[in-house]
Amino acid sequence: MIDISLGHYLFLGAVIFTIGIVGIFLNRKNLIVILMSIELILISVNINLVSFSVYLQDIVGQVFTMFVLTVAAGEAAIGLAILVVFFRNKGSIHVEDINTLKG
Amino acid sequence: MIELQNIFPEIFLTLSLLFLLVAGVFLKNSFSLIKKITIILLLICIPLVYVNYDNQILIFNNNYSINNFSNLLKIIILISSAFSLIFTGQYLKRLKIEKFEYMILILCSTLGMFVMVSTNNLIGLYLGIELQSLSLYVLSSIDRNSLKSSESGVKYFVLGALSSGLFLYGCSLIYGFTGSTNYFIINENFTVENIGLIFGLVFVIVGLAFKVSAVPFHMWTPDVYEGSPTAVTAFFALAPKVAGMGAFIQILFVAFGGAFAEWKTIIIFISVASMILGSVAAIGQTNIKRLMAYSSIGHMGYGLAGLATGSLSGISATLSYIFIYVVMNIAAFTSILFFSRDKKYCEDIRDLGGLSKNHPVVAVCFCIILFSLAGIPPLAGFFAKFYIFKSVIESEMYILAVIGLLSSVISAFYYLRIIKIMYFDTEQEKFDDISGLGMKFSLFSSSFLILFYFINPSFLVNITEIASKVFN
Repeated sequence: MIDISLGHYLFLGAVIFTIGIVGIFLNRKNLIVILMSIELILISVNINLVSFSVYLQDIVGQVFTMFVLTVAAGEAAIGLAILVVFFRNKGSIHVEDINTLKG
Repeated sequence: MIELQNIFPEIFLTLSLLFLLVAGVFLKNSFSLIKKITIILLLICIPLVYVNYDNQILIFNNNYSINNFSNLLKIIILISSAFSLIFTGQYLKRLKIEKFEYMILILCSTLGMFVMVSTNNLIGLYLGIELQSLSLYVLSSIDRNSLKSSESGVKYFVLGALSSGLFLYGCSLIYGFTGSTNYFIINENFTVENIGLIFGLVFVIVGLAFKVSAVPFHMWTPDVYEGSPTAVTAFFALAPKVAGMGAFIQILFVAFGGAFAEWKTIIIFISVASMILGSVAAIGQTNIKRLMAYSSIGHMGYGLAGLATGSLSGISATLSYIFIYVVMNIAAFTSILFFSRDKKYCEDIRDLGGLSKNHPVVAVCFCIILFSLAGIPPLAGFFAKFYIFKSVIESEMYILAVIGLLSSVISAFYYLRIIKIMYFDTEQEKFDDISGLGMKFSLFSSSFLILFYFINPSFLVNITEIASKVFN
């Protein structure tokens, strides 16, 4: 058996974070995927915070995680609301169709 | 209980926004009433902040600081929020977005900004940033029947959420390697050799640079400025920039004060890139809101140049710059709200032709504002740039000063082009006469301040010097 150390958790966090960032920039299809990528970024932060909290024997990291979870829920709600408003006006949520403003 | 009286302004804002929310739900057609009450409440909050002005207090286990610096920024934020409602005039009514939620959201984001400039804790800073930006995402798409407005909301939301994510990742690294989220303990435990901490520092700076729209994290700014309703754009250009700068100064000088050599290079790069892009990219713009977006990117570059010196005089120069920037933008956006023809608001700068003949007073005011934005003496904008370059040269960063001066000259081109269009181009139809008392007041008072700033410049300099002493 391998011992799972702090480094493994941080590596997992970093991988999920990278997937989230890449998901936002490589995604050419759907706005919902971007919302999912944002959630992935926040989840990776939570993994980081909780593993640090356990490693340091300090509760602040878990408190921070609670705040991040709460705010992430609010952020997803607002994001979806804006998405619905956009869909009503444009009739599509494809990333390529977000092109009215440029110059 | 002794601690609560020090955050009285924050409690006052919270209670008033809850009260207004309930009032707005129960009273029908209460838009103008709630708008007036909100303006009055914001103005009442200024003396409430001022009462504690000279106190130097750390409350909530050193996690929240009330001092000259945070109080000065709070007053600037309150002034800009109040004016962004005062000069709105008939705009929201004519666009049929007279929703009372508009004021609630502005109050919410003002509260978030208060937390941003006062907090000494990463958790508090994150919550402040989110309270501010979540309200701003909704504000930018408040004109929900317009494609432009909702698209700007989508863009702002996606990039803003990305920047919060980057900022949070930085926070988690800093927490892990220093063992605390408090700025003072972070400063004690910060070791430059630890690569994880340097990563965290970079991520935090990137997240905050998004919020003040500094290059290379500026790409949302022009689109959001153009798409949002003009009144909202004006608010974006004022208060969030002040709060973002305040949070930047707090975190760089309190939490990362020991790592000056590390963040200096990053800030210099961001500042130079913003100054150059702000001046070059605006040349081709014909939409006045996009132009103001690039102009504000450039101005943030000058503000950051003051921070890059790492000295107290640099902080005080940045604070003076922010104050004058706010006054100039209040004036500029008030003028932009004047330009409406046949119930449609003009955003193309070619529509301003012949403004000097049809509306000589507005033209003169706009001319003063543009000269000031370009930094031409003896107007206030010149003094703002002068303080920045003085502190930059005192720290012997000559290349930064030269680049700043050159980009200032380049940016003068597009400001002066608008003046040329107003005074010498073919005459267009008259604009509607929509100027209310609030618009007149904010246009004249801010133009007056810009024009006669040179009579007593030491007033602002003294205030900002005292505020910057907090970081000694």
